[in-house]
Amino acid sequence: MTISYLTKDYEIVRDEKRCIKCQVCARQCANHVHGYDEQYDEMTSDGGACVACQRCVTLCPTGALRVQRSTTHFRDNCNWTAGVQSSIVKQAETGGVLLSGMGTDRPHPIYWDRIVLNASQVTNPSIDPLREPMELRTYLGRKPDRLELDERDGRLRLKTALDPQLKLELPVMFSAMSFGSISFNACLSLARAAKAAGTFCNTGEGGLHKDLYEYGPSTIVQVASGRFGVTPQYLMAGAAIEIKIGQGAKPGIGGHLPGEKVTRTISETRMIPMGTDAISPAPHHDIYSIEDLRLLIYALKEATNYTKPVSVKIAAVHNVAAIASGAVRAGADIVAIDGIRGGTGAAPTVIRDNVGIPIELALASVDSRLREEGIRNQASLVAAGGIRNSADIVKAIALGADAVYIATSALIAMGCHVCQKCYTGRCNWGIATQDPNLVRRLNPDIGTRRLTNLLRAWSLEIKELMGGMGVNAVESLRGNRAHLRGMGLTDTELRILGIEPAGA
Amino acid sequence: MKRIYAKEEVCIGCKLCEVHCITQHSRSKKIIKAFREEQGRPLPRLFVEECGPLSFAVQCRHCDDAQCVAACITGAMQKDDATGAVVHDADKCVGCWMCIMVCPAGAIRRNAAQGRIASKCDLCGGEGTPVCVANCPNEALVYEDRGD
Repeated sequence: MTISYLTKDYEIVRDEKRCIKCQVCARQCANHVHGYDEQYDEMTSDGGACVACQRCVTLCPTGALRVQRSTTHFRDNCNWTAGVQSSIVKQAETGGVLLSGMGTDRPHPIYWDRIVLNASQVTNPSIDPLREPMELRTYLGRKPDRLELDERDGRLRLKTALDPQLKLELPVMFSAMSFGSISFNACLSLARAAKAAGTFCNTGEGGLHKDLYEYGPSTIVQVASGRFGVTPQYLMAGAAIEIKIGQGAKPGIGGHLPGEKVTRTISETRMIPMGTDAISPAPHHDIYSIEDLRLLIYALKEATNYTKPVSVKIAAVHNVAAIASGAVRAGADIVAIDGIRGGTGAAPTVIRDNVGIPIELALASVDSRLREEGIRNQASLVAAGGIRNSADIVKAIALGADAVYIATSALIAMGCHVCQKCYTGRCNWGIATQDPNLVRRLNPDIGTRRLTNLLRAWSLEIKELMGGMGVNAVESLRGNRAHLRGMGLTDTELRILGIEPAGA
Repeated sequence: MKRIYAKEEVCIGCKLCEVHCITQHSRSKKIIKAFREEQGRPLPRLFVEECGPLSFAVQCRHCDDAQCVAACITGAMQKDDATGAVVHDADKCVGCWMCIMVCPAGAIRRNAAQGRIASKCDLCGGEGTPVCVANCPNEALVYEDRGD
């Protein structure tokens, strides 16, 4: 092939009156968009490689830079848009599967935005969270069917033995992101922030770096199909264990960390040779049925002496309610459901954009199904995949979640601008990269502070929203769908969500 | 005394510290004017040293036993007893470069453009946080008293 038929996606606009040729842009762009021509003493910009990550725009000390969509205009066509054409051209030139990072960018419906919350007026008092206690603490894990009490010497004692629980100071956890897909500094920021906020981060499938074992009590350790870095010490280090069956961004397929990202520390953590591809199979090859899942759940419980709750993470797919029910019956203490808008470090674009169902519908149907079957108390539900703000969290809890997982929001807090190029390993923000030149760009002190701030801000907002509804505890909000109303939804959607339309 | 310390593990080599140092020591103290209009732009008084992925900004350590002060033939380089800072009086400097010869940190440069005088960090006058520290995007420079 002589020339590429691809046109550039973005253009750099440099305000020549403001540019001082300090070359910060050139030094910061890992895609080599910016350069400096010594002969002509001028800055150069090649927008062709620009991914619109905004690193140069943010660091330019004079505000001289702007990234804009390419002004090259394709002939207008609602079917054969520029994006559709570009995809075809890329595949015609490479013969390969198109990859993407982060969650889908397709305009799938976001039901959170079609659901509104209630507030107290006259007949039931609202609560001012600044003046009255507001309980965000949540416990995740299997709850007993009934409590048996023993009365001795006029005092009541609990006879029922409780299963191990995770204690969350707010109903938000950091979702699974592996060391490998993100940098050590990003993992460290998440671990420190989780510890500071009284919640949990999740190792993803990449094992736990030896320097992060001290954050084990604030960590959920994941066991995925590749079994990377899984040892008895690893299982014991975490506060809980999560079996990853699926991921919202790529249900039904495994993972692939390219060999060039498998550096010395990653090879040690994952326990694979340096420079080899880390391939997670699509299924767990020892789990082909609910019965097999039960074997693994109990193997993990046995290995940790029944001291840690075991979570099963599944992607939201068509029969999610039945699958979740099976997972609970197989012994899962927590079921995490990841919706179609969930993120990833790398996934085939066609899978990311077309496979799975929205988390709102999945969550509502799973919660309803578990209640109908009388087993809702046997497991906690964690909703994941596209949780963007505190209102989404409150709505998720009212739909039936015990807590939510956030990952993209956490990455954005650390500097991510959702350029979707995680899979290239050239993250200009030092997050999705192992390049020693780039990882240092995320100062873990700053990352921790920004994440802690985000959780604090959301806690305050959740309390405000709950107070308005006259609810003073997450426990009272969970599954309380009377607090939700749908706007512009069909009768079928309302039925699945289990909510009334606005006005009813 | 309070000194500037570099945290090389998070220095990203952007050299914004140099840019803001130049601006601070320009006549207008305005970044665009300082770079685009003013003649005889000052040298940055700290320098980002780089080797592969590793980088950090080097600046005057304001040594307790400052060899540049002892070596200065005109008394241009003085230790301010009140603040502990090593200060340089450009009017007295004759450009003999003895300070450069003896500086253990390599933190002094010749400023040929501004009349052959030595150029080094003045802690931005000692009032408030130096601009390099205040503007480091990754907090790789800190200004603190470590008691050394």
